[in-house]
Amino acid sequence: MGLLSKKDGKLILDPLADNNPITIQVLGICSALAITAELEASIVMSISVLFVLGIGNVVISLMRNIIPSKIRIIVQLIVVATLVIIVDLVLKAFAYELSKTLSVFVGLIITNCIIMGRFEAFALGNGPWRSFLDGIGNALGYAVILIIVGFFRELLGSGTLLGIPVLGDPIEKTGLYSIGYENNGFMLLSPMALIVVGIIIWVQRSRNKALVED
Amino acid sequence: MGLKQNLHKFKEKNKHKKWIPAFNAIHTFLYLPNETTHNGTHIKVADDLKRTMNTVIMAMVPCLIFGMFNAGYQHNLAVGEIQAAASGFFSSEFWTMANFMIGFWKILPLVIVSYGVGLGIEFIFAIIKGHEVEEGYLVTGMLVPLIVPVDIPLWMLAVAVIFGVVIGKEVFGGTGMNILNPALTIRAFLFFAYPTWMSGDKVWVEGAVERTNEIAAGANLDAISGETILGSLAQNKGAGYEVMDMFLGFIPGSVGETSALLILLGGLFLIFSKIGSWRIMLSSVLGALVMGLIFNQVIDYGWITESSKFYGLMSTTWWHHLLIGGFAFGTVFMATDPVTASQTNKGKWIYGFLIGFISILIRVFNPAYPEGVMLAILLMNVFAPTIDHYVVQGNVKKRMKRLKAKVA
Repeated sequence: MGLLSKKDGKLILDPLADNNPITIQVLGICSALAITAELEASIVMSISVLFVLGIGNVVISLMRNIIPSKIRIIVQLIVVATLVIIVDLVLKAFAYELSKTLSVFVGLIITNCIIMGRFEAFALGNGPWRSFLDGIGNALGYAVILIIVGFFRELLGSGTLLGIPVLGDPIEKTGLYSIGYENNGFMLLSPMALIVVGIIIWVQRSRNKALVED
Repeated sequence: MGLKQNLHKFKEKNKHKKWIPAFNAIHTFLYLPNETTHNGTHIKVADDLKRTMNTVIMAMVPCLIFGMFNAGYQHNLAVGEIQAAASGFFSSEFWTMANFMIGFWKILPLVIVSYGVGLGIEFIFAIIKGHEVEEGYLVTGMLVPLIVPVDIPLWMLAVAVIFGVVIGKEVFGGTGMNILNPALTIRAFLFFAYPTWMSGDKVWVEGAVERTNEIAAGANLDAISGETILGSLAQNKGAGYEVMDMFLGFIPGSVGETSALLILLGGLFLIFSKIGSWRIMLSSVLGALVMGLIFNQVIDYGWITESSKFYGLMSTTWWHHLLIGGFAFGTVFMATDPVTASQTNKGKWIYGFLIGFISILIRVFNPAYPEGVMLAILLMNVFAPTIDHYVVQGNVKKRMKRLKAKVA
């Protein structure tokens, strides 16, 4: 890594796989289950979390020496709430349809455990640059899982990707549908998201035995 | 005594004959052999796994054969091949070769796909994990074709079997370790994934979907349909069938679940061969009857009027619930699954009672899920270990008290 030192690079790369916030730490599950029925929603959600977590980590890190530890949770909440409101308003202004799909889940980024977890565990004890990298890394780790889950759920559940039909037309019976294929309605229900996440966890841990805890 | 000993003597005497393995195979169908399955999988039941499985399969065979006749009968009745409805169990309208062949060619592929795919998965996992192929799929493989509509596309069944065996069983460690009944996991998957193939009035009669497509394409044919009794009750249309028909099974429904009579016989067979738990079956029936009676009382007091969407199912005579839908089949063959049911005797009573109770509750209050018994059994599968835990703890407490009283 030319741009980043080895230690800094780990901050970004670790959360992508071996310390993934969703599959390893099992944080931020609620939104992963709720909004991944469509790939587009997963991507927008990922970007929102990337923004909130990247900026939030820097802000908390800059203030880490002046925040009284007794009220630090409230301060963190104010920071994250401010950022989430910005995201929410931007979405409402420029992507109204999508913000309706995401509904309360943008607002609920405030309670996303990954964000509070990174503030508490990392930003309060590290400098702004490292905190920024950590925030970006964890948000990307979250994004990777969301996009994988969203990809499979939209493809198998609706036969589309980003709203574009890829398997043919289910009503006109073209493409795969002409030979009797049908969309899997279960994929659109939240329990299936849980099962897909579970399968990702299963695959990941059977490839890397070091991740298996007793 | 008697038969059992004679058979055993016969076996000892002919030990060295070539054909004795064939005899043994049939012998272990019915009687407990001296040895039990040694290694592997079933951690809860100290029986020979093969015998258990074979007994259950034998109990289901009449349902399967009846299902084949019924599939053809429903089809021929719907298309007008048969003019008069069957009356009486030995009706000549029902037991015809024409009926049987339609059902046979429709249901045999279901059985083959179920066993082929299921055992294939077992085989792959056995290789990956390095253990022997487990017998666990024998019963599931037979249950699955019996609990799906006759017209289900085979690839859907295959997908569901893969899902059910992998997610329902293998991830937990294989046969004997599963929390949920694999056959019901497969059905639940189908139900939620492909609802148009698992409910409504088109899927229960062989050829109805095909006919609809042909009509849509411009063919000059009469549409055929057959609604399950639960379906028409949910729409306040009345059952539409005689009680005797419901009992004998001349009604549309999943392949093997229609004949309460044959299921009853299968249940008795399971009870007498000590494979199925009579406690679970009895308490489950009691639970259903209690819930049915409660709903009938609600109707009698006039709290629910005919305009309510629950009226049709609520006003169903309380014991009719046992005859319609998959309740009887689920209670006899699935609730009693020794791996996923409660293990303690007291627990079995609670477990069974709640299955019956919740089945009818779901059936009545959510007509979108007519097969309440499937969801009820899956739900109670999850709670079975909890029930056992509290039964055991209760017993421990009682004994501690007794001990203390003695010491003092």
